[in-house]
Amino acid sequence: MVARFSVGSERIKNGIFFVIAILIVGTAFGVQMLAEPPELPPFDLLPSLLRGLSTTISLTFWGAILAFVVALITGILRSSQSVVLRSISGIYVEIFRGTSILVQLFWIYFVLPLDPFNISLSAFQAGVLALGLNVGAYGAEVVRGAIQAIPRGQIEASIALNMSRGLMLRRVILPQAIVRILPPFGNLLIELLKATSLASLITLSDVTFQALTLRQTVGRITEIFTLLLFIYFLIAYPLTLGVRWLEKRRQWAT
Amino acid sequence: MQTNENPTAGTADPIVRFENVTKAFGELVVLRELDFSVAPAEKVTIIGPSGSGKTTILRVLMTLEKPNAGYIYVEGEPLWHKRKNGKLMDADEGHLRKVRGSIGMVFQHFNLFPHMTALRNVYEAPVHVLGMNKEQAIARAEDLLGKVGLADKKEHFPSQLSGGQKQRVAIARALAMRPKVMLFDEVTSALDPELVGEVLSVIRELALEGEMAMLLVTHEMGFAREVSDRVVFFDNGRIVEQGPPEQLFGDPQNPRTKSFLGATLRH
Ligand SMILES: Nc1ncnc2c1ncn2[C@@H]1O[C@H](COP(=O)(O)OP(=O)(O)OP(=O)(O)O)[C@@H](O)[C@H]1O
Ligand SMILES: [Mg+2]
Repeated sequence: MVARFSVGSERIKNGIFFVIAILIVGTAFGVQMLAEPPELPPFDLLPSLLRGLSTTISLTFWGAILAFVVALITGILRSSQSVVLRSISGIYVEIFRGTSILVQLFWIYFVLPLDPFNISLSAFQAGVLALGLNVGAYGAEVVRGAIQAIPRGQIEASIALNMSRGLMLRRVILPQAIVRILPPFGNLLIELLKATSLASLITLSDVTFQALTLRQTVGRITEIFTLLLFIYFLIAYPLTLGVRWLEKRRQWAT
Repeated sequence: MQTNENPTAGTADPIVRFENVTKAFGELVVLRELDFSVAPAEKVTIIGPSGSGKTTILRVLMTLEKPNAGYIYVEGEPLWHKRKNGKLMDADEGHLRKVRGSIGMVFQHFNLFPHMTALRNVYEAPVHVLGMNKEQAIARAEDLLGKVGLADKKEHFPSQLSGGQKQRVAIARALAMRPKVMLFDEVTSALDPELVGEVLSVIRELALEGEMAMLLVTHEMGFAREVSDRVVFFDNGRIVEQGPPEQLFGDPQNPRTKSFLGATLRH
């Protein structure tokens, strides 16, 4: 046991070090590129492409926060005792998992402003909403699965200690479920990042949008889209490493 | 059938009373119109064949399983029902929580919280359920861990404890809620034989202290004989025979009791 623990913490240290190293190198590289863009192709295209970076990152960030909240609430409702709450949350999950995220995005951006809804959202708000609701639906299933994997004995012990349902959820169920939740959530975060590229189709100027614009103005298609691949990869890879690290670090989970 | 030699038992109002309680799982009737009561401070052991419904008695009392019919009273208060305009209605969560507060339970498989240290397993509910001051709750949890012989293990997580140690933490955790009735469901049967003794001696000490009523399901006949005021032989959803341990073990009346005891003693 003791031996396993120390091996684990050794790995954790290595993992942290690796992630931080990649982040520093990546950021330094990016900053360097932005500060004095190399003249030689294809890097002369980078400044224009990276103009979309802040949009891509803030879409990912806010989308992830919305998705997390939605997943947690819906996942808990999916496991509730009330048939009504279970059905409502179930319908939401099925609709958002069963239809295309691109169509959801269009629907939120183009249909919601019309009668009878009359809800106009900015392109950014629509993007965050579509990403959050779509990824949140997948996340809800992760949360539900993790809650249902909690052994029955944990709930019975909580009842025997006279805990209320809320207390049981907060102090017994969720802290144990979170260990199972985090690694798949990391994967969903990467999915979300990649899906932000769709927002370019509702006029948001993220990196993909910049790429599409560049293609029209300067051509050089191979260079543009290869750089684009690298940009997404460089943002996603630290996340991938983070997920791996979380998967290994499961403390008392076994 | 009140053949009890414990002077307090039988005279005071029962702390737990089952009245006509029936519990079925689908077609399978597990408790059949059970009448049964426990006096304050009484130590009652339930014995009987596997599948006879012993665990179910404890579970309906702990509100882990809902009876199909009948009434259970805890300190005179209906557990699964609420009095309303002189009638008994189905109880809600709030009522269940109010009444089951005086009952505690120790499980066969410990059911400790794996993400909490031994100490926090013990003080968590007193702080968040009883609203105890945290320092006081921790001090008391330390006392209780000391009492079960685990003062030096308070910072250990359950995964770092042996089965016997886990079960002793579970006993301390249940005691921390100051129950008036404590239920023990075969608390040593998941343990390696060499660890059984340490858990039984903790329970023996609790029995000797006396003020808490105890309802035990066990296959440890020697132990049952030693700590019980009354032993109940349960079979097929019914009480077949009950009495003080010397009588039930020494001079059983019912042929089913005889053959059950004969079979277990031969083991
Ligand atoms: N949740 C359940 N669903 C269906 N059947 C159940 C359930 N719980 C218990 N039973 C059945 O009810 C019967 C009585 O179970 P119980 O656990 O009370 O027996 P027991 O006397 O404690 O047995 P053992 O000595 O083996 O622990 C058994 O036949 C069991 O299979
Ligand atoms: Mg049993």
